[in-house]
Amino acid sequence: MTTLVADNKKKLIAMLLLGVALLLLPIFAGFLGQAWVRILNITLLYVMLALGLNVVVGVAGLLDLGYVAFYAVGAYTWAMLASSHFNMHLPFWVLLPLGAFLAALAGLMLGAPVLKLRGDYLAIVTLGFGEIVRILMNNFDKVGLPWSDATYNITNGPRGITGIDGISFFGFNVSKGLEIFGLQLSGLQLYYYVFLVFTIISVIGVWRLQHSRLGRAWQALREDEIAAKAMGINTRNIKLAAFAFGALTGGLSGGLFAAMQGFVSPESFGLLESVMILAMVVLGGMGHIPGVILGAVLLAAMPEVIRYVADENMQHKVFGTVLIAPEVLRNLIFSLAMILIMLFKPAGLWPSPEKK
Amino acid sequence: MSALLDVKQLEVAYGGIKAIKKIDFHVDEGELVTLIGANGAGKSSTLRALSGLIKPVGGTVTYKGQDITGIPSHALVGLGIALCPEGRGVFARLNVHENLLMGAYARNDKAQILREVDEIYTMIPRLKERTAQLAGTLSGGEQQMLAIGRAMLAQPKLLMLDEPSMGLAPLMVEKIFEIINLIAKRGTTILLIEQNAQLALENAHRGYVLESGEITLAGDAKTLLADPRVKAAYLGG
Repeated sequence: MTTLVADNKKKLIAMLLLGVALLLLPIFAGFLGQAWVRILNITLLYVMLALGLNVVVGVAGLLDLGYVAFYAVGAYTWAMLASSHFNMHLPFWVLLPLGAFLAALAGLMLGAPVLKLRGDYLAIVTLGFGEIVRILMNNFDKVGLPWSDATYNITNGPRGITGIDGISFFGFNVSKGLEIFGLQLSGLQLYYYVFLVFTIISVIGVWRLQHSRLGRAWQALREDEIAAKAMGINTRNIKLAAFAFGALTGGLSGGLFAAMQGFVSPESFGLLESVMILAMVVLGGMGHIPGVILGAVLLAAMPEVIRYVADENMQHKVFGTVLIAPEVLRNLIFSLAMILIMLFKPAGLWPSPEKK
Repeated sequence: MSALLDVKQLEVAYGGIKAIKKIDFHVDEGELVTLIGANGAGKSSTLRALSGLIKPVGGTVTYKGQDITGIPSHALVGLGIALCPEGRGVFARLNVHENLLMGAYARNDKAQILREVDEIYTMIPRLKERTAQLAGTLSGGEQQMLAIGRAMLAQPKLLMLDEPSMGLAPLMVEKIFEIINLIAKRGTTILLIEQNAQLALENAHRGYVLESGEITLAGDAKTLLADPRVKAAYLGG
């Protein structure tokens, strides 16, 4: 019993230290430059996205290659309803739930026709779905109706939507920053804290979901669909639920992304983005929340770190000349790192303990 | 007395090809009935139709006097019908204990479920030794034991077993049949689909022989076992 108490104490101390570190992180990053704070914020968004996709891919075993579509739905919901585009400025407590709800609805729309598909076939259809959403955003700046010549600009096409409202509550605008105890916090740093809160909510939510009755049903579905049915699990409903819950998280982070960036365009929601989020889940450890978080943090931060390592100055110092364009070298190192991880840790960097 | 499970004029087709051609059979309460036949005779198609995995083209399936034709699989558990699927279908990345609990997914009497899990462990000690082991790492025979134990946790009145002997060593097959017999003795009605005609008929009360989608022979298991036609077709002389 005493060791258990000591263990719990250790765990508590570790949690506290992690908490303090997470709170101080943006302040230190701020000393290095606001660009680093932005990287932190984007990383948190990726953690949320990876957690959401993990529900679909890692827990329920449904391979989804179009996950970014839900991110896009959340982002565009916010962008269209909180900007001068339609001259609407709805508050965040309407927009975030609405974006998440619409994304979940999109999840059901994707889920319903693909109920009978699995594996590769499902992957192809979801990939198509992701592309359809992106192409719609790209082309919904001139929507015509068959019975009239007028066209309507819904998404502003490839130019994207600018001048999006940030988050503000009680008359306080997060984007404007804040001075507290003599410490100047920028808007980006404040967004970090907002994102952190939502990330923690997502972690707890996904954890509880995964360990619920529904979570166990998802696992059964992942392992063997026919046996799952034989257990009395309504596989149709729980598949739809997996798509909806995954999409919900995606929509939520999409809204937060739009609020922080102040700008969205279809370019941010391409196929590569879906692949990246999937890579975070797989590389971290499918179905294992700490692993997925690690995967997201690594893959979101790694390109930025490599950007500094692979830049022209560094090459000048090492080779005396620029051998490879920094952007190419960056992708090269990044891809190589992913291949190496998958070769040596095929179950991911931090898989569930029982899978070792 | 009416049958627990009554199948009348059941027809199954894939596209235009008929796999099952209007077959009739029934299982009475407390019976162990076996449906035997060679590869491609239609055994699995029959079971798939009974368990709602595919919709029959014609005919009716009646359970306890209620028409259950084409009812979705997951709804059968609530009626007291459990399926132990072909190829065992254990949840590979869940451990033995979690697999057993999944069998009780449709129930919520936690204390009683845990008591029954213990009963399964007593009945199949091999599973108790492996309780924390991932199901995917069990041997084929152990997986079959687990699949049967898991199906029992649904508290079925009727247990449908799809080729429990498939791909197992003879010694293991004997053990599996010991377990099946034990379950039958405790009063669970069993419909056993088997390719191993000898073993199935030795253990069953009654049997049906399925050939090219039709029932060609039916009757008392002992009689079938001695029938020269069965002998010629399945028992090697």
